[in-house]
Amino acid sequence: MLRRTFIGLAASAAAIGLAGTPALAQEDVIKIGASAPKSGPLAGGAAMTHWPNIQLWMKEVNEAGGLKVGDKQMKLELVEYDDKTNGEEAIKNIQRLATVDEVDFIVAPYSTGLNIAAAPAIARHGYPHIATTAATDGVNQFAERWPNSFWMLGTSTQLANGIVATLAAMKDKGDIGNKVALVNVADAFGLELVAAAKPALDEAGFEIVYETSYPLGTQDLAPVISQAKAAAPDAFVAFSYPGDTFALTEQAQVQGFDVPVFYTGVGTAFPPFAARFKEAANGVMGIGGINSSDENVKGYLEMHKAELGSDPDFWASATTYAGLQILGQAIEKAGTLDKAAVVEAIRTNTFDTVIGEVSMPNNVNEKVWTVGQWNDGVFEAVAAEGLPVAAEPVKKSGWN
Amino acid sequence: MTGFNLEETRNLALGTLAVGVAALLPVFDQGFYLAICVNIMLYAALCTAWSLFSGPTHLVSLATAAFYGLGTYSVGLGIDTLPYPVLVAIAAASGAVLAGLVGAMTLRISGVYFVIFTFGLAEFVRQVVTWLQTKFATAIGLYVFTDITESQIYWMLLALTAAVFLTGFLIARSTLGFALQIIGNDETVARHVGIDTARAKIVLFMISGAFIAIAGAIMAPRYSYIEPPSAFNPMISFLVVIMALLGGTRRLWGPLVGVIPFTIMMDFVSSRFPNHTMIVVGLAFLVIVYLIPNGVTGLIENARARMKGADTVAREKTA
Repeated sequence: MLRRTFIGLAASAAAIGLAGTPALAQEDVIKIGASAPKSGPLAGGAAMTHWPNIQLWMKEVNEAGGLKVGDKQMKLELVEYDDKTNGEEAIKNIQRLATVDEVDFIVAPYSTGLNIAAAPAIARHGYPHIATTAATDGVNQFAERWPNSFWMLGTSTQLANGIVATLAAMKDKGDIGNKVALVNVADAFGLELVAAAKPALDEAGFEIVYETSYPLGTQDLAPVISQAKAAAPDAFVAFSYPGDTFALTEQAQVQGFDVPVFYTGVGTAFPPFAARFKEAANGVMGIGGINSSDENVKGYLEMHKAELGSDPDFWASATTYAGLQILGQAIEKAGTLDKAAVVEAIRTNTFDTVIGEVSMPNNVNEKVWTVGQWNDGVFEAVAAEGLPVAAEPVKKSGWN
Repeated sequence: MTGFNLEETRNLALGTLAVGVAALLPVFDQGFYLAICVNIMLYAALCTAWSLFSGPTHLVSLATAAFYGLGTYSVGLGIDTLPYPVLVAIAAASGAVLAGLVGAMTLRISGVYFVIFTFGLAEFVRQVVTWLQTKFATAIGLYVFTDITESQIYWMLLALTAAVFLTGFLIARSTLGFALQIIGNDETVARHVGIDTARAKIVLFMISGAFIAIAGAIMAPRYSYIEPPSAFNPMISFLVVIMALLGGTRRLWGPLVGVIPFTIMMDFVSSRFPNHTMIVVGLAFLVIVYLIPNGVTGLIENARARMKGADTVAREKTA
C-alpha cells in the first residue's frame, strides 16, 4: 500500500517536472542562456556577484520594452542552469543551451576556471563570450585562441601592480616605510598574484620581511597574523580568498595588528565584509573597488539596492553588469541576432556602461580598478589602470 | 587459458555489438546528447573500474578522486613536452604505482578503516600536488590546450570502458578471479587454502587504479584548465560509489545499469529544478532506496527469475 503511494507520488513529481517545460519560443523574444554555480564551493560568490546582475539586467531591459533589434522590439527570456561549480557540468550546460534550448545568446560562466572550461564549447557554437569574473594573466592567450571571447576583469599582473603602485605612492609621500609582509593562498589565483607582485615590490624598493602561503581552506590563520605582526611590517598584503580574507582580518583585529596598510584579496569588496567588521573595516584595502564618485556607478549602486534590496560587491559586480550591457548594446548595434555579427559589433564598438566607456579591439578590457579601500560602507577605488579613482589611499588607523 | 564456452562467446559478441553501436553516436549528434554521453561514458568507465576491485573484495574505496586527479595532472604537467599517448601511459603507470603503494600499506586493514584511509588519500594527494606546485611553479592552474575533439574524447572513453570490461571478464576467468571470489566470500578460508590474499587484492587495486587514472588523463583536454580542487574533487569518489551501488556490484555490468539511469535522472533534475537540485536529488535517493533496495541488477535478476522460473536462478548465479 505504502509502496503504491510512493509510486503515485513519484509519478506526480515527474508529471509536475514535465509540466514545467518552457512554452514554445514565441516570436520577438531573445532567449538568453546562463550556466553558473548555484551549488558547490563557488555558489556563495555567484549568488553575490553573478546571478543578481543577470536578474537586474533582464528586469531593466524588459521594463524598458526590450532590445531594439532591427525594427523589432524584443524582450529577454532567461534559461538558467546550475553548473555545481564543476567544469564537466558547465560544458554539458553550454551544450544543452546551444543545442536543446537553442538560446540566442549565452551569459559567460562565473570564475576563471569555469570560464576557461566552457570557452571551447561556447566558441564552437560561435556565441559571444564576455567573461567578467576571470582575472588571470592568460587573457591575451585566450582572446587569441577564442576570438569570440572578451575578457573584462583585467589580469593578475594589473592587480598586483595596482597594490604595489599604491604602496609605492604612499612610501614616496612618507606615509609608510619599505617593509612588506606578503601572504598568499596556495591556489592558482594567489600564486599568480604573488609571482607578479614580488618583482614589482623589489623594483619599487620594498623589502619583504615576511612571506608565507597557506593551503586553500585553511581555517586557522592566527599564526600567519602573529608571525606577520612579529616582523613589524609597514604593509600587510594578502592575496587571499573570501574565507581567508575574513579570517585574516578577524585575527588582525583580535591580535591588534596595527599596520598602516592592511590589504586582503577576494572578498574584501563584498558588502558582508563591511557589515561584519563595521568601523574596523575602514581603511582596509583589497582587490577591486569602484569609482563611487562616478555618476554611472552611483546609478548602478542605487538601482541594485532598490531592485534587489542589497548592495552589489564592489569589484566584479559592476563589471558583470557592464558585460551584460555590452551584450545588449552590441545586439542593438548589430541589428540582428546573428552571433558572428554581434561578436564583430563587440570588437569594433565603444560601449557606454556602468564602469564607463569600454572598448575591446583586442578582446581585452585594459581599463580596470585594481585596489579599493573601505570608507564608511563604500569600497572606493584608490588605484586603477586607465580609469579615474574615487579617492587617494590613506593609512589605516587601528581597528576601532 | 581455456577456450570460451557458448555463453562467454555470446556475451563477448553482445559486448562487441554494444560497443559498435555506441561508437556511432557522434555521427548523429555533436551537441548536448554527445556531451551527456561523454558524462555517462566517463562514469561507466570509473564505476566499472571501481567495482573491479570493490565488487569482489567488498572494500569500499573512496580513492577514485586520487587516481583520477593523478591522471589529469599527468597530462596537465606534460602536455607541452610529451605526446598525448605517452602521457596516458604515464597516467596509467602512476595510477598503478600509487595503488600499489597504498595497497601494500593498507590492504591489511579492512572495513571502515579502509574507507576512511582512502578518503584521506585523495585529500593527501591533492595537498602534495598543491605544495609541489607552490614550491616549484608560479601558478597552480595548468592549461591543457589540444586539438582533441569531444567525439574523440567520447571514443577514448568508450574504448576505455570496453577495455575495463574485457579485463574484468578475463580476470573472472583467471585463477586471480577464482581467488578473489573465495576472498570475497570468506577471507579466512581463503588464507587457509593458501591464497596470498594481500597480493591478490593489491594486484586488483593496481589494475583498478590504473584504469581510473587513464579516465582522468582522457578528460584533461576537456577541462582545458586543471587545478587541484577540480581534479581531486571528492564528489567524484562519492558519485562513483553511489552509482555503482545503485547498479549493483555482483555483476560486471552492474555499475553500468546504475550509471545510465542515475546520470539521466541527475540531469533531468538539475535542468528542471536548477534552484532546488540538491533537495530533489535527496528525495529521489530516498525513493530509489525504498523502491529498489537491491540495485538495478537486483530488479533485472528478479524479473528474469520470474520469467524463467526459480531453477534457472541458481544456474545464473554460479555462471
